Amino acid sequence: MELYSLTIHELQEMLKKGETTSRAISDSVQARIKAVDGKVKAYITVTEAAAASQADAADKQRSSGSASPVLGIPVAIKDNMCTEGTLTTCASKILGNFVPPYDATVVAKLKGAGFVMPGKVNMDEFAMGSSTENSGFFITRNPWDLERIPGGSSGGSAAAVAAGECIAALGSDTGGSIRQPAACCGVVGLKPTYGRVSRYGLVAFASSLDQIGPITKDVTDAAILMNLIAGHDRRDSTSVDLPVPDYTASLARDVKGMKIGIPKEYFIDGMDPAVEKAVRDAVKTLESLGASVVDVSLPHTAYAVATYYILATSEASSNLARYDGVKYGVRASGAKDLLDLYLQSRSQGFGPEVKRRIMLGTYALSAGYYDAFYKKGQQVRTLIKRDFDEAFKKVDVIATPTAPTAAFKIGEKSADPLQMYLSDIFTISVNLAGIPGISIPCGFTQNNLPIGLQILGRHFDEESVFRASFAYEQATDWHKRRAKL
Amino acid sequence: MNYEAVIGLEVHAQLQTNTKIFCSCETAFGEEANTRTCPVCIGMPGVLPVLNRKAVEYIIKTGLATDCTINRSSRFARKNYFYPDLPKGYQISQYELPVCEHGKVEIVVDGQVRTIGITRIHLEEDAGKNLHQSGGNSSLVDLNRAGTPLMEIVSEPDLRTPEEATEYLKKLRSILRYIEVSDADMEKGNFRCDINISLRPAGSTTFGTRAEVKNVNSFKFVQKALEYEIKRQAQILDEGGKVVQETRLFDSSKNVTFSMRSKEEAHDYRYFPEPDLVPIVTSQETIDGIKATIPELPDAKRSRFVRTYGLPEYDAYMLTQTKALAAYYEEAAGLSGQPKVVSNWMMGELMRLMNAENREIEESPIRPDKLAGMIKMIGEGTISTKIAKTVFEEMYKSGKDAATIVKEQGLTQVSDTGAIEKIIAEVIAANPAQHADYKAGKEKLFGFFVGQVMKASKGKANPDLVNDLLKKKLNE
Repeated sequence: MELYSLTIHELQEMLKKGETTSRAISDSVQARIKAVDGKVKAYITVTEAAAASQADAADKQRSSGSASPVLGIPVAIKDNMCTEGTLTTCASKILGNFVPPYDATVVAKLKGAGFVMPGKVNMDEFAMGSSTENSGFFITRNPWDLERIPGGSSGGSAAAVAAGECIAALGSDTGGSIRQPAACCGVVGLKPTYGRVSRYGLVAFASSLDQIGPITKDVTDAAILMNLIAGHDRRDSTSVDLPVPDYTASLARDVKGMKIGIPKEYFIDGMDPAVEKAVRDAVKTLESLGASVVDVSLPHTAYAVATYYILATSEASSNLARYDGVKYGVRASGAKDLLDLYLQSRSQGFGPEVKRRIMLGTYALSAGYYDAFYKKGQQVRTLIKRDFDEAFKKVDVIATPTAPTAAFKIGEKSADPLQMYLSDIFTISVNLAGIPGISIPCGFTQNNLPIGLQILGRHFDEESVFRASFAYEQATDWHKRRAKL
Repeated sequence: MNYEAVIGLEVHAQLQTNTKIFCSCETAFGEEANTRTCPVCIGMPGVLPVLNRKAVEYIIKTGLATDCTINRSSRFARKNYFYPDLPKGYQISQYELPVCEHGKVEIVVDGQVRTIGITRIHLEEDAGKNLHQSGGNSSLVDLNRAGTPLMEIVSEPDLRTPEEATEYLKKLRSILRYIEVSDADMEKGNFRCDINISLRPAGSTTFGTRAEVKNVNSFKFVQKALEYEIKRQAQILDEGGKVVQETRLFDSSKNVTFSMRSKEEAHDYRYFPEPDLVPIVTSQETIDGIKATIPELPDAKRSRFVRTYGLPEYDAYMLTQTKALAAYYEEAAGLSGQPKVVSNWMMGELMRLMNAENREIEESPIRPDKLAGMIKMIGEGTISTKIAKTVFEEMYKSGKDAATIVKEQGLTQVSDTGAIEKIIAEVIAANPAQHADYKAGKEKLFGFFVGQVMKASKGKANPDLVNDLLKKKLNE
């Protein structure tokens, strides 16, 4: 096995035994990027030289006795997390030249633990999309089938992990943007509870929904990264001051006595039968491991997509107001006055999906429409949250498909935004409710495309999510398959 | 027709915290452009606001000092609009749930006490400043001020005259200074005022259409702007026209208001709850703790001065304008034991000298103990009130105490009967004709003799003694 195809915990074992070095791992990853990124196109920025010196520093640090779980491990960073001195574009032309003067809290934490940053990875512009086709620069391809999308918006993160172009990655999830690409690329992706991981330095899309999480090759790696990035941050008032458990400790347990809820609203007409079968089989596997299965109902699920596209776009219309061509990023030349500078810079700098959402959100917040849209949306959000509260009175976790289909073809849905929005139909409610959710591989379609199983937990109960995921993963070998490139 | 003005004021007061409202940058006035900034206050991608605790304490303190209800849960909202001095494209302000509501302050105009309601007081961040180069085709932006904590104090439309409006502003400023939450300095732009004014026929209870006059930055300008608006609106109404609801600006060189271009005011701010900040939840303990830090406020102090020192209302009102002035007074009154005399000296000579140099009471070269010392010397007959004026000016100039000046300049009052009698004898001898006239019944000449005696004693003779002795001698 090549070093780039291994997991964090496998590499740590080797490093501990002196069988390899951080520099060798980083070089292996960089060589892999050179070999396959022309096809996959996961990276916006590759920081090869910096990665090499970080790896050398990690080797030095290890020889002096220190060893954090990610010391010397290449972890790719989605390009919407600020990295001091390294381009952070959000895959948008409007931030095409933006070099932040500070690190996002998650990046600072990883740096503190001695990680290696191979580079910054592609995404849908400002995290708006489900296919990474909305990148302002180029489309990322699914390593399992280069004609297909890798999912989105963290498509670059998921594709890079699946292609061995990094050992693990960080993504962000506003309506499914970690879990859906993880499912599409056959890797593990966790969206933590809202407030679990600091958002400081994550370029905001929808502030009340955004959350950073790991995208990894297996559940253990996800737990390892969560141990490092979770926790209260005084720079983020919405991060919650609760103790962070050792997530790797929940991996040792089994699922005996665990109650797993199956919501009937998540098995719908029009979903790919292969996806439904894989997910139902996964539930049977969990049952065979000692869990009991309980039918639950989440009655307001049908309103989730509409609610999400009101609330997320409202917040986005405000969050993206700062890109006005005045301070950084694209500034249109030849503007004749201030209004013209705004109009031209924003017209040139933003892509069509971002513009569509800014307009939608601006409309929803406008005088006379606020009550009918934004306010109503908040009310429905409360109902959706209550659905989950009720369900979690009966069960410990909820299992659903991550997405209704496996990865679709590039261009297949880009002409129809509504069809595209429905790709997130199973993931969006989770952000509205603020609960944690993971996607783990649970099978393949006939076309050899990965299928994702989504497991949801109570607020701040990532441990149950990890426990069920790990038990399932140990009983199967989907996570060991690698895309052939 | 006879109209009544209906006036409401919105005051923006800068809170005197050391750091900005959502980041740890220093709040500073007059520093080099963009040197008091960080990623948070310049609105870099990815940053988040963290609320300054002190700012919340200060606004609660203000709410308590103006009889407001303090909302136990309050939240921030985004006010969205584009302008280069607004780095995020929205201002973090408050909309639905302000920190303070339903308060009041009392003002006195023409001896009448009026209660002015306060609708709400909310917290928000200030914007930066655009610098327009004359002749150039570009503008620059200074973001030092961006993120400075402001509170907006909105009054009820309870004010009826320009005088009431300026009295209300003075009262607010006095309260803010007493509780030390804002220096409320209009010159520095730390206390800015927007005016809402409409007219209605006297006796009517409905409201007319109002005009808003934005950013009026002195008490005098508020008065002038209101006077102009009342005249302008009355003329429109008298001619059967309709007042347009619009935003106007005040031109202080011409003392007129003029309409802002309507394009700039056609704002839909699209307020919605700020998702980056959690609600401000305030416990009763916190409120009680802040309450305990509120000093005696101007109204209470004024009544106490009347009660304790027997001062007239007017003296008490003047002496409680600032906390420092009141403290000065109380110290001097206590040390001298003559509260009314202290008040006379402060409101007369001291204010005259201080105002001439535009100095604050804290800067007075005559400290309260020295004023008290001088007043005591008058009481003990060491110097006359007349001499005291000379001594006072010298004290103000040199900062020396009265006793030293009196000693150095030999100004001690002469109360030695023998010495005064000697002078009187000399004066009478030198003016035989006047003496004869006096004796013949021209009693008005008494004043002439007093003047001559005082002059001969270089003003040091005890005037009471001079009177007594002179009367005796002239009639001998």
